[in-house]
Amino acid sequence: MKLFIIGFISGIISGMGIGGGSILIPSLVLFANLIQQQAQSINLIVFIPVSIAALIVHIREKNIIFKYTKWIVPGGIAGAIVGSIIAIRINPDTLRKIFAFFLLFIGLYELKKKDRQ
Amino acid sequence: MHSKQIKLIAIGLVTGFINGIFGSGGGMIIVPALTFLMGVDEHKSHATAISIILPLSVISTILYLKEDIIQFNIVMYIALGGIIGSFIGAKFLNKIPANILRKIFGGIIIFTAIRMILK
Repeated sequence: MKLFIIGFISGIISGMGIGGGSILIPSLVLFANLIQQQAQSINLIVFIPVSIAALIVHIREKNIIFKYTKWIVPGGIAGAIVGSIIAIRINPDTLRKIFAFFLLFIGLYELKKKDRQ
Repeated sequence: MHSKQIKLIAIGLVTGFINGIFGSGGGMIIVPALTFLMGVDEHKSHATAISIILPLSVISTILYLKEDIIQFNIVMYIALGGIIGSFIGAKFLNKIPANILRKIFGGIIIFTAIRMILK
């Protein structure tokens, strides 16, 4: 039940378009006692079906700029391989702390961000 | 190769690296990069971001899978809650002002980050 609620709250946040992973990963580490890598892997795998559904909608509505996707993905794959290998090899407590500083940066960015509406 | 293409490849490298090492956060890099560096409007940036992060997450998932890190019994519950939650979130999207939402979100994230550092 705890896991369902964690997923549910993260889902609401990501459905609103503001990073669900930044809620899901810390919740799994703090409340479900997973190590950092396990929490991250769950976020990655859950993202796949949810984003396929979103992608279908966006392709139909022609919101995707494929000429950018085409150029960004190859570099992205290289970066993803390096980043993932580091994540797998690194000590879980060290990874958790580095992640926390990244989170802190995101939080400050969200607070300072100007709204364009 | 033009400077625009070099810029796009560099954006990809950073996005992939962050998304791989943290298992998240790719969108936090790519959306501002597309908006501010490439001048794409925010709605299209979000949509394009998904088309980029999906293949990157597949690659990262395969690498994590090889190490037997993923616990599928947990994934089931999270995915079920997550899918129901994201539908509700999408419905509420336009009902709560975005600026208030961002401030609350920012506050929670900072508090969480401090707890993660102190753990």
